[in-house]
Amino acid sequence: MKLYRAAAGAGAIIALLAGLRTASAAEDTIKVGVLHSLSGTMAISETTLKDTVLMMVDDLNKKGGLLGKKVEAVVVDPASNWPLFAEKARELLEKDKVAVVFGCWTSVSRKSVLPVFEQDNGLLFYPVQYEGEESSNNVFYTGAAPNQQAIPAVDYLMGKDGGEAKRFVLEGTDYVYPRTTNKILRAFLHSKGIADGDILENYTPFGFSDWQTEVAKIKQFASAGKKTAVISTINGDANVPFYKELANQGIKASDIPVVAFSVGEEELAGIDTRSLVGHLAAWNYFESVKTPENQAFIKQWHAYVQNDKRTTNDPMEATYIGFKMWTQAVLQAGTTDVNAVRQALYGQRVRNLTGGEAVMNSNHHLSKPVMIGEIRPDGQFNVVFKTKDVIKADAWSPFIAEDKGKVADWPFPWACGNCTEPRFKAYQ
Amino acid sequence: MRILHIPLILALLAPLPVLAGNAPPPAAPGPSQPAPSFTDVLAGLDGDSYDDRISAVEALGRLGDPRALPVLSAMLDGHLYEAPGHGLVYGDPDAGLRSAATGEAVAGLTADDLSEIPVNNRVRGVILGVIGGLSLKSPEAGVRIKAVEALAERQPDGAAAALKGLLSEETDARVRAAAATALALLNLGSPERHLRQEAIAVLATSSDPMVEGRLRQYRDTEKDPDLSKAAAGAIHDISVRLSLIDVGANLFQGLSQGSVLLLGAIGLAITFGVMGVINMAHGEMIMLGAYTTYVVQEAFRAFLPSSFADAYLVVALPAAFLVAGAVGVLLERTLIRHLYGRPLETLLSTWGISLILQQAVRSVFGAPNKEVGNPSWLSGGVDLAGGFTLTWNRLAIILFCLGLLAALAALLRYSRFGLHMRAVSQNRPMASAMGIAAGRVDALTFGLGSGIAGIAGVALSQIGNVSPNLGQGYIVDSFMVVVFGGVGSLWGTLAGALSLGILNKLLEPYAGAMLGKILVLVLIILFIQKRPRGLFAFKGRSVEG
Repeated sequence: MKLYRAAAGAGAIIALLAGLRTASAAEDTIKVGVLHSLSGTMAISETTLKDTVLMMVDDLNKKGGLLGKKVEAVVVDPASNWPLFAEKARELLEKDKVAVVFGCWTSVSRKSVLPVFEQDNGLLFYPVQYEGEESSNNVFYTGAAPNQQAIPAVDYLMGKDGGEAKRFVLEGTDYVYPRTTNKILRAFLHSKGIADGDILENYTPFGFSDWQTEVAKIKQFASAGKKTAVISTINGDANVPFYKELANQGIKASDIPVVAFSVGEEELAGIDTRSLVGHLAAWNYFESVKTPENQAFIKQWHAYVQNDKRTTNDPMEATYIGFKMWTQAVLQAGTTDVNAVRQALYGQRVRNLTGGEAVMNSNHHLSKPVMIGEIRPDGQFNVVFKTKDVIKADAWSPFIAEDKGKVADWPFPWACGNCTEPRFKAYQ
Repeated sequence: MRILHIPLILALLAPLPVLAGNAPPPAAPGPSQPAPSFTDVLAGLDGDSYDDRISAVEALGRLGDPRALPVLSAMLDGHLYEAPGHGLVYGDPDAGLRSAATGEAVAGLTADDLSEIPVNNRVRGVILGVIGGLSLKSPEAGVRIKAVEALAERQPDGAAAALKGLLSEETDARVRAAAATALALLNLGSPERHLRQEAIAVLATSSDPMVEGRLRQYRDTEKDPDLSKAAAGAIHDISVRLSLIDVGANLFQGLSQGSVLLLGAIGLAITFGVMGVINMAHGEMIMLGAYTTYVVQEAFRAFLPSSFADAYLVVALPAAFLVAGAVGVLLERTLIRHLYGRPLETLLSTWGISLILQQAVRSVFGAPNKEVGNPSWLSGGVDLAGGFTLTWNRLAIILFCLGLLAALAALLRYSRFGLHMRAVSQNRPMASAMGIAAGRVDALTFGLGSGIAGIAGVALSQIGNVSPNLGQGYIVDSFMVVVFGGVGSLWGTLAGALSLGILNKLLEPYAGAMLGKILVLVLIILFIQKRPRGLFAFKGRSVEG
């Protein structure tokens, strides 16, 4: 009996404290939602981004907060479970009333939260490279679209420095991102005069681990005499056994280069990279780029996680850019109201960590530079190519027939992410 | 053939007297001034663009000076640096640098003084060709074969003359064969008909898919109908041989996948097969074994000299067995023993435990993958015929898992504990009546199954990821193997794993990885309909209950 009363008392005190906390929080804080998986299969990639947002919030508060208020991060764990993403998004928007959400990694998780954000008029910053084919009024996409990653990479492989590849293996995990990207790439290769006979498209399941047959098949395809390159959209965990098998079967980058779109510094940390030297990755950011901004960022990151060995990667930079743009837009609008902030975001500029400026376009995507890096023995990348100018992301690819005529442009008169003609007649 | 890295061999060879390649510069369109000196050309490696560096590398190849070998192989590895005041230096900054021009040791430089000479894949390709030309005279046949292969693949200027020179004095049969093939490949492009004809005859005996590809290209461009027909015949000969090799390769790969399935399933064959516990946390025992391997490896790296680094596996095996086994015993005593005979509750609670273990590991080690390095004797492989590479780690896993199964079978058959275990699993009340402490046997049996899963984790860390989710990838497959093979029978598990592995790999080339896996699952379902007790039915506690 006594125990029950004590428990009830403790419960009441906790409830009271929690009530006080939310009451005080409602007055002088701005809430920022973090919607990244902290458990389950995607935790491997997403926890890093959660930490990045927390670091940025921490930094912002040290500098005096935003609009004179403290910024408070509300972290939820959607546990790599796609329907749970939608539930947690609703919780963040309706219960916690956050001003903005940074989150999602996989396309399916983004598709799952999209209706929630559109219904509640929320604001989501999505920081991962993806297949494009989308532009929502409530989402800002700070990762690369296919024309900012896949197409420049293939261009490089076909050029002199990339080895003038004439035959391509499109190797991917079986889900929407690789399939869409490869559809775009196939059309792009056709436009460059590569015949279907010189393209081998192959898909494997998530978490695939026995790559013997696939790697043997690549070797066989490459023995036809033309220079062959592999374009890998293999996702996450399947990469380690893939690269181990490549190395063991003696495929060297100078014979058959593999360019990957989902392998960055973080993924390489789990692989012995000495035998992978020369294989490539295409990103908008590499940790090895030496600029004052990047060095400061890496230093800040190491100090925040208290571990000098943690790497930084491209989605972290995308999170960084998204967060900076949002704070700038809030300052400019003088409020966290979603409609005002959205208008202020168009044209917002933030310095890239690798130099130059990222610009938010009216199709809710960024203009960013594209870089190709070769894997070094220490698990970092040696940048071998960088586009001269920034490249503006296409929400809809000109290489997909069904996309013909589709426009994503949110200001007047189009005001639409998926239209073939403007929503409003232009004012005469 | 690509067991070792070319640069590695070359680095070892460097101090040996290597004669200059006798490749005469091919009608060099160059100026008629005297040949540039070695040091002048060498300095060009520090050129501003990749093109400048490539022409310097090619010039070194034409010069044929063996002093270039160690420099070029260091450059290949990114170990060629520009150091202010010392010109170009090469080697490992921690282990000691040498001057590129003189080969003498250079002291007093730290990593901060050096700026690496950047190389990309294109530069590396040219370097490999030049190294091939320079190391044709190496005293080791293996190196000469590699050199010949590099020449055949890169076809740098002067390759034909160099190969002819080699053939005229080479005595080793393997090198001669490789050189003859390489020369024939070069001669396919010759303007003289008889050379092309001879080349086709030589190439028809090859069983290399690269040769087949070249012949196909050649056939399509050859104007002479007789030669074109001869080439088609040669292609046919080669492809018949290749398809035979392919079947052999598929069988090996199937065996290898089967052995991985078996490794995952052996422990489960004990906990589920013998004890009848639906242990959803089995995969996490594998994961604990893999993380134990990682911890042991890090301890070796931290506390022992690097020459011991490859030995960590020897310690990791018993350590993983003990860690996973101890967790297994703990689980059995605290939880599972209260749930015997209640399969649904066992399933749910062990699934909960698997989530707890995953999150615990994630909290302690962090979510990202951990790197477990392969010992050098487990890296790489040997090229057998027809582009098929027998990789060491796969071979080792096949042997290891067969050994593990044999040891387990012996334990069950010959030891006192094995006798008790079999007695308890066949008739528990009778075994208790005979004075066997059934509870203790249960705990130890579960510990044994978990410990073996831990050992499997050590082996699986060599081929895949080490991440908190590692076990998830094996749990479904393991249940599949045990059920398919026949619950409670070790031999059933062996037969089930190997037949599933081979079936999967035979289907994969035709149906693709996705469809292949689906087909295998459908076949298993059909099979279980026909024979619900699997390949080998066994009468034990699990089937009675």
